[in-house]
Amino acid sequence: MQPVIAVESVSKSFGAVTAVNGVTLDVRPNECLALLGPSGCGKTTLLRLIAGLEAADRGRILIDGADMTHAAPYARPVNMMFQSYALFPHMSVADNVAFGLKQDGVKGDALKARVQDALAAVEMEALAQRMPAQLSGGQKQRAALARCLAKRPRALLLDEPMAALDKHLRERTQFELMALRKRLGIAFVVVTHDQSEAMAMADRVAVMDAGHVLQVAAPREMYERPASRRVAQFFGDINVWSAVVGLAPGTVDIPDLRLAVRIPAALPSAGSPLSVALRPERIAIARDPAPMGDCSVSGTIEDAVYLGMTCTYFVTLSSGAVVRVTAQNGEGAQTFSRGDAVHLSWRPAALTVLAA
Amino acid sequence: MRRPSGTTIALIAGLAFLYVPLAVVIGYSFNASKLVTVWTGFSFTWYGALLADEQILNAARNSLIVAFTSATLAAVLGTMAGYAFARFGRFRGRNLLAGSIAAPLVMPDVMTGLSLLLLFVALEQTFAWLPGRGLITIIIAHAGFAMAYVTVIVRARLIGMERDIEEAAADLGAKPMTVFFGITLPMIRPAVMAGWLLSFVLSLDDLVIASFVSGPQSTTLPMVVFSSIRLGVSPKINALAAILIIVTLVLLALAAWMSRGALRMRPAK
Ligand SMILES: Nc1ncnc2c1ncn2[C@@H]1O[C@H](COP(=O)(O)OP(=O)(O)OP(=O)(O)O)[C@@H](O)[C@H]1O
Ligand SMILES: [Mg+2]
Repeated sequence: MQPVIAVESVSKSFGAVTAVNGVTLDVRPNECLALLGPSGCGKTTLLRLIAGLEAADRGRILIDGADMTHAAPYARPVNMMFQSYALFPHMSVADNVAFGLKQDGVKGDALKARVQDALAAVEMEALAQRMPAQLSGGQKQRAALARCLAKRPRALLLDEPMAALDKHLRERTQFELMALRKRLGIAFVVVTHDQSEAMAMADRVAVMDAGHVLQVAAPREMYERPASRRVAQFFGDINVWSAVVGLAPGTVDIPDLRLAVRIPAALPSAGSPLSVALRPERIAIARDPAPMGDCSVSGTIEDAVYLGMTCTYFVTLSSGAVVRVTAQNGEGAQTFSRGDAVHLSWRPAALTVLAA
Repeated sequence: MRRPSGTTIALIAGLAFLYVPLAVVIGYSFNASKLVTVWTGFSFTWYGALLADEQILNAARNSLIVAFTSATLAAVLGTMAGYAFARFGRFRGRNLLAGSIAAPLVMPDVMTGLSLLLLFVALEQTFAWLPGRGLITIIIAHAGFAMAYVTVIVRARLIGMERDIEEAAADLGAKPMTVFFGITLPMIRPAVMAGWLLSFVLSLDDLVIASFVSGPQSTTLPMVVFSSIRLGVSPKINALAAILIIVTLVLLALAAWMSRGALRMRPAK
């Protein structure tokens, strides 16, 4: 299947800063791709390169198979929703939506109908005659969305679409955006630095760091099989320990845990350094030692954080390493407090081996 | 009652220093007496006399034509220059352009006037352009220096304006010209209009440069005022000055109010 957008080894520098560094990325038809990464990693720049608002130093950008690397923004069949929404302050909501259509030569009744459709899609018909200054944050976001959707683009680029909304509205809007996307059959590229937002919305997630794309995968795969230490740390909470491959075949020594574990995965030669990662919710915490066969360590609760559905414990081991553990709260669940001696255990298969 | 503070007194003194001379002129323009400094009674006589004076009416017409045309030229050119400075990044000759636009702001009017006169004379001798000089040469001269003010105002407005609104327009399919006339210009209109008004006032009040570059048939109001003063102060001139002062103040206030609006009109957040 031909990708809607194909980014091929694209780089972009601003003076000494390389904002986007050799990025290769495909956006498939109808998919929602999330660009996730820390502040300043180049997410906005990548989006602007696709929209044509920045010129790539190197590489190619194809839209629907056509080379658009040097095409002007107005010639590209993608639309961008800006973080600031960028509504035209001197035009009503309806005129904002009509603007893009007029550029395509849509006129008269057809124009009216398409403006109506776009406004109806985001439930903004009633506010069509308002000026942008008279709208709330959420309403501005909808107006900006309608303005892009009216053009029926091949792909919609959204730069932190929820950043200006409060938490409650944000969750509702995530669902509405996804429902709208499925109904209209448009590919979305959503920039976010919120991992849970990426998980909630995206079919695939691209994790970026310092101008590079580190990994592109479905949220579940990214969470369970991160490709590197950096991805693992960025995508959800995780414990990561340095380790070396042990002398006995199939084992790994983890000095922080004072533990040698047998790992059911292909390992490099003995003595090679690597990292071992473990999600905090895969660890069982108890007062009594764990049954045989599981990996287990003991330690003291350093800190306990109650989070409603779960509790997060920080457990200090005899080596001084701190392990993060998440336990479900519920009927009959044991709770612990600072200073308690506890045993931690997990199944060897829960460990993920990462490059050092 | 509160005693006025030191700053209030300083403010009143400052305002008085600036405006009492103007108030005196305006006051005496309603003086019935032919002698400028003796008050005999209130009258509109001199305003009537103004309207009957062919020379003054002609100068007023000249001044308005020059001010209107040069302000419009300055607004167009200044907007273009301001846009280039604010939006084109670092282009070749940027510093040269910035310097030549700012030059009239710092150069003494006498120098500007003299150099323009020499230029116009040279043009006339070499190409037979603008023979004898006239309103056209004054318009060119005024547009040239007023453009500097428009550039500064428009540039400041554009720099304070988020670029993403123009980028959104381009992204929605608008070509650069459509973006400029459909989005940028409406958003900076208050700044452009403030610049136009300021240019209009500057042109209306200019004596020095206009004197250098005008021809025999192109006397403007300030030139009439100045030449009549040399023959002795006439109450008619007081009336003329009063009208000029009022028009200037009103236009300046309008310009200030508009550029204030221009600064306030931020893009929707
Ligand atoms: N116009 C520009 N001029 C100079 N440097 C820029 C420009 N735009 C971006 N940068 C730099 O490029 C890098 C990437 O910026 P970008 O805006 O793409 O980050 P981001 O991932 O969107 O961050 P955030 O999550 O904070 O929005 C940053 O170091 C930034 O300072
Ligand atoms: Mg950004």
